[in-house]
Amino acid sequence: MGFFHRHRGLTPYLLLAPGLLWLGTFFLVPLGFLGYQSLQSGSIDFGYAFTWSWGNYWHAIRDYHGHFIRSFEYAAIATLIALVVSYPVAYWIAFHGGRWKNLLLLGIVAPFFVTYLIRTLAWETILADHGLVVNTLRHLHLLGVLGTNGRILNTATAVVAGITYNFLPFMALPLYVSLEQIDARLIEAAEDLYASRVQAFLRVTFPLSLPGVVAGTLITFIPAAGDFINAQLLGSPQNHMIGNVIQSKFLELTDYPAAAAMSIVLMASIVIMVLIYARAVGTEKLTG
Amino acid sequence: MSAVAVRAGRPRRSVLATVWAFVKRYALAVYSLLFFAYLMLPIAIVIVFSFNNPTGRFNYVWQGFTLDNWRYWDGVPGIRSALVLSLEVALIASVIATALGTMIALALVRYRFHGRGTTNILIFLPLSTPEIVLGASLLTLFLNLSFVTFGFYTILVAHVMFCISFAVITVKARLVGFDRHLEEAAMDLGANEWATFRKVTLPLIAPAIIASLLLCFAISIDDFVVTYFNAGTEVTFPLFVWGAARVGAPAQVNVIGTAIFMVALVLMLANVLIQWRREEAAA
Repeated sequence: MGFFHRHRGLTPYLLLAPGLLWLGTFFLVPLGFLGYQSLQSGSIDFGYAFTWSWGNYWHAIRDYHGHFIRSFEYAAIATLIALVVSYPVAYWIAFHGGRWKNLLLLGIVAPFFVTYLIRTLAWETILADHGLVVNTLRHLHLLGVLGTNGRILNTATAVVAGITYNFLPFMALPLYVSLEQIDARLIEAAEDLYASRVQAFLRVTFPLSLPGVVAGTLITFIPAAGDFINAQLLGSPQNHMIGNVIQSKFLELTDYPAAAAMSIVLMASIVIMVLIYARAVGTEKLTG
Repeated sequence: MSAVAVRAGRPRRSVLATVWAFVKRYALAVYSLLFFAYLMLPIAIVIVFSFNNPTGRFNYVWQGFTLDNWRYWDGVPGIRSALVLSLEVALIASVIATALGTMIALALVRYRFHGRGTTNILIFLPLSTPEIVLGASLLTLFLNLSFVTFGFYTILVAHVMFCISFAVITVKARLVGFDRHLEEAAMDLGANEWATFRKVTLPLIAPAIIASLLLCFAISIDDFVVTYFNAGTEVTFPLFVWGAARVGAPAQVNVIGTAIFMVALVLMLANVLIQWRREEAAA
């Protein structure tokens, strides 16, 4: 232990080293390899060679821009629905949860102890042609509203519904955290100063909860945009997202350079969108 | 008490406003209950269909009640070995990730050093990268290293990687909140850094370490995407479900899904109850 006393400045680095080395080797370095792979050409049979083939990127965008756009569209819609659906619940738990708060939060997280794939398969059962939702809509004579020949499974609706459900706690928990931190006296002060409850909400509560809104939308949108499980299990090939293409190019078609280029385009588009979003809402809200 | 006092001190609201507030308050509660029902709906389906007695391979339509799926939970070829592999990986990965994550958290909270910002970014980045990119990039690394064979170790390495950040965040949250003076007192009384860590710091952050172990275990056992890219021919439980889903998942999948859910729920409930006890003891 004398060593630590003589070199106290070293202690933090010794503590960091193993974990950061792991992240460096198995997270950062692989991203470099992904870039390296994306500029290769060749085939699995004859081997791949690094040839600066920027064409892979051009092909990824030319052939699959529809999948990219669809992925961001589905992810954005699901994120928006998740925000609208879970905000009131986060609000209710934060301000009216009392001593049940932790139990209610557990209720939000609990469904996610069921394996992701099994949860999604359960939605397949629920949304199936003679399943719960379709039959209920039929009884209410609302089936025509869907405009999809009375089907939900294998439509965009099912995919977005699946994504929304599967990423809901990513939205609800940050919302709760930011709402919970709001000093209730601020809202009371607004009401004492003759703000209506709606005004108090719009002018005080909601602005103060923005860090949670920003955090929630980001950590919902990012994984949602890269998802392929919902599109695979709940959608038809017309609903496939970029994740489906990347997955099949890597693992079924073994077209590694093309798949790597698409992964990088996906990541880069997400980074650009996050930066634009951060600009739009103000960075100080991001760091909250 | 203070909330009541404040409310009583305020001028009386009109009857209409009181009624409106009442309706609004309960509307929110009713909405929240509906929300929880929505959250629980697929879970209920999973649990109910674990008792289904399907006639064919398909477990989509309710046929009748049976306990056979539970009695013969490993009656489907491959399901037992898949579950065992998932449990092994989750156990080892959560221990390694929590150890590495706790050390990083200690460094971040306890020390001022060059590179804090970079470290924070490196911890945050894997959390904000889509899983498919994590899985794909790790796959390209392993593909380009000819000595790597895909299997147990590639899965383990991947799981530790995506668990570390969660471990850091969990332990950090606890470390930030506690009293440094306890450690300083131990040092003043002649304990060296290691003894202080073992006798003072460790017991204090033990709940966070346990929380981190549970969280990492849960994330690992549930992971599909990253594992799918790096498993080679090995099959974890989620991979088994994926394969089974193509031909119709057997009811045993629901049995294991329900069992994992129940274990996690009991552990989390215990955690909530312990916190309640503590708060009551403190109050």
